Amino acid sequence: MTRKQQRTVLIISALAFLGVAVGLILYALRDTIVFFYTPSEVVEKHIQPGTRLRLGGLVEKGSIIKGDGGVIHFAITDTDKVMKVTFKGVLPDLFREGQGVVAEGVLNPDGTFRADTVLAKHDENYMPREVADALKKKGYWQHADDGAQQKEMTQ
Amino acid sequence: MIVELGHFALVLAFAVAVYQTVVPLYGAMRGSSRLMNVAAPAAAVQFVLVMIAFAALTWAYLTSDFSVVNVWANSHTAKPLLYKITGVWSNHEGSMLLWVLILALFGMAIAIFSGNLPQSLKARVLGVQGSISVAFLLYITTVSNPFERIPPDRVPMQGRGINPLLQDPALAFHPPLLYAGYVGFSVAFSFALAALMEGKVDAAWARWVRPWTLAAWMFLTAGIALGSWWAYYELGWGGWWFWDPVENASLMPWLAGVALLHSAIVVEKRNALKIWTILLAIIAFSLSLIGTFLVRSGVLSSVHAFAVDPERGVFILMILLFFIGGSFLLYAARAGSLKTGGLFAPVSREGALVVNNLLMSAAAAAVFIGTLFPLVYEAVTGGGKITVGAPYFNFTFGILMIPLLVLIPVGPMLSWKRADLMVALKRLWVAAAVSVVVVPLIIVMAKGSILAALGIAIGIWIIAGSLEEMAQRIKLFRCPLGTSLRRLWNMPGQALGMTLAHAGMGFVMLGIVVSSTWKEEVITSLKPGEAVQIAGYEVKFLDERQDTGPDYVAEQAHFDVLENGRKIATLYSEKRTFVARRGMPTTEVGLLHFFSGDLYVAIGDQDNRGRVVRIYFHPFIWLMWLGGLLMFLGGFVSLMDRRFRVGVPKTARDRLAAQPAE
Repeated sequence: MTRKQQRTVLIISALAFLGVAVGLILYALRDTIVFFYTPSEVVEKHIQPGTRLRLGGLVEKGSIIKGDGGVIHFAITDTDKVMKVTFKGVLPDLFREGQGVVAEGVLNPDGTFRADTVLAKHDENYMPREVADALKKKGYWQHADDGAQQKEMTQ
Repeated sequence: MIVELGHFALVLAFAVAVYQTVVPLYGAMRGSSRLMNVAAPAAAVQFVLVMIAFAALTWAYLTSDFSVVNVWANSHTAKPLLYKITGVWSNHEGSMLLWVLILALFGMAIAIFSGNLPQSLKARVLGVQGSISVAFLLYITTVSNPFERIPPDRVPMQGRGINPLLQDPALAFHPPLLYAGYVGFSVAFSFALAALMEGKVDAAWARWVRPWTLAAWMFLTAGIALGSWWAYYELGWGGWWFWDPVENASLMPWLAGVALLHSAIVVEKRNALKIWTILLAIIAFSLSLIGTFLVRSGVLSSVHAFAVDPERGVFILMILLFFIGGSFLLYAARAGSLKTGGLFAPVSREGALVVNNLLMSAAAAAVFIGTLFPLVYEAVTGGGKITVGAPYFNFTFGILMIPLLVLIPVGPMLSWKRADLMVALKRLWVAAAVSVVVVPLIIVMAKGSILAALGIAIGIWIIAGSLEEMAQRIKLFRCPLGTSLRRLWNMPGQALGMTLAHAGMGFVMLGIVVSSTWKEEVITSLKPGEAVQIAGYEVKFLDERQDTGPDYVAEQAHFDVLENGRKIATLYSEKRTFVARRGMPTTEVGLLHFFSGDLYVAIGDQDNRGRVVRIYFHPFIWLMWLGGLLMFLGGFVSLMDRRFRVGVPKTARDRLAAQPAE
């Protein structure tokens, strides 16, 4: 093979490969995207039962009911609508009332939500960005940032 | 006083970095030897100054000087010494300082270890290296100052303590290793840009770049392994990899680094793939920068996110755009001027390395698209929020990795330029036989799925194939054993390193497949005296008691582990509450290591019945950690190869191999 032929073969195979890879990626993306909604959005957008989604908001005060065998019931609120959530497992260490939370799972026909993952955080000051944005949109946002405290200290 | 000294040293380091960038680069352009020669001393001075700053901050931590905001916010007098030291990089400002320290260290190392580099190349490499320092020192001194003080009349008596999750031995060394990996790719980046400026890439260039890339890759491997090990036992979720943006951020440069390591071999041995290798060097460091940005800016929602500051994210984004944009512009302008080198047939060692490169970069691209897609989607739809889940990554990454893994043992068996695939496969017949036999065994004996059996077969194929290659190299069984052992002892570090790293990949594959296929999990709540059966063991909940550590109190649950009714061990699982951060309890997983796997007990809250527990059995998960260790060792052994050392004359064979074949 001459240099030119070799380069052509190389470029064509690389392009073909790239094409396959991109096709694969798009195909995989279509099926595995999970949307993030607040309880109000689930109602507004008429999300079908059985849809997999991420539900975000605050854990409603007084809503946590502990069941048997590691099952736990709580409610997620965006201060407008409230949605009941069932979860079986060990909750993240930072899960508590009034805190921002993101739960991933499936919508039940009765309008409740069955979570299989409740997302943890590594930092008590951290608020999941989706939850922060959603709450800002609702005009309800407590700034629990330690940067603010730091500024206080230095002023 | 010491703190102010540190701050001052940092500002000086910035000035020196500017000098290190401007003077040598200008000197190289003008061909002035005097100007080029300032690069090495400047790099050394810059390192010393950053070291002083880092030492000053460490001092503030050791003496619990709470008049420094950073120390107040992240330390506590009751903390054990180790965590006072690691506290320095447990927070944003300190970890960026560590980043720059490692960057300056690499800069000084280049200055020391590349005595035989052509003068202009060395000046340009150090100049580019200096420019990266300029950007990050500017960032630290302007928006991320670790030396900020609290006015004397307001100095608090006690600090707020480190984030409890970070008070852990594995995580203490995770950031330095990871950063050594990220930052290590800056050397390859600097070499790439310098080569573009020089307009020349040759075998010697590749030989200089490879050890640096290898070192960076090795550290990154260790950093990622340590990070996932930490996630495994500290978070109590029972997993070790979640395809989370922060994890992906470290995987992408790792993949690009693997590709770069392999393509640099082709440049070194065969003088081909030069333009592509330069591009990979740029991409590897760009991905490192993107990783830093993703982790530090909080633009992506991550389970591993710590408190973040979006304004700082914008600054890092500017740095990112400058370096990535700038390097690609230079690449576009100059890549054409590089001469292309040796020819090779599709089936050849070079061909195999090209396939490695294609698959590795495609995998990096798949991870990149999946990680950043939510950002693009949000921008396009005006606020629509999505996540790309693990299925996407498992699917795309898996499909790209399988052919790559299958080809691992084949590549080293192919000869350069033109090879015979059948000959190579014949040399691998033992490995092939072993892995084919395994498939029905797994399906029948262990009741594994076909997919699991194939995965295990691939893992064994890689390990056996790597060993078979080594056995042929040392002529095992074909000459007296003593001669074989001597050949093994004299084996070049690079060859032995390759065998170790490839076999390590096989072990990782085995560990992943086996532990995920036969994993057992029980979630329930237990009263004292109740027991759970898992993987042939009985885990019995005994009682709970209070436990106190140096700076925390804990609810400790005790478990007896029984096998066939006989007690074999006691397990403790804890929920710790730290005095400094009461709002943030952490879980200490109870772990019992057997040959057959890990028994893993995490406790949750109390429910109506009793204590919520989550018990796992992860079979043979140690295979995976062993694989990570082997890869790290492989990098290390390869790095020790004397052929990498400076000043060693080339052998006749090397000279022959370095000649482009026309």
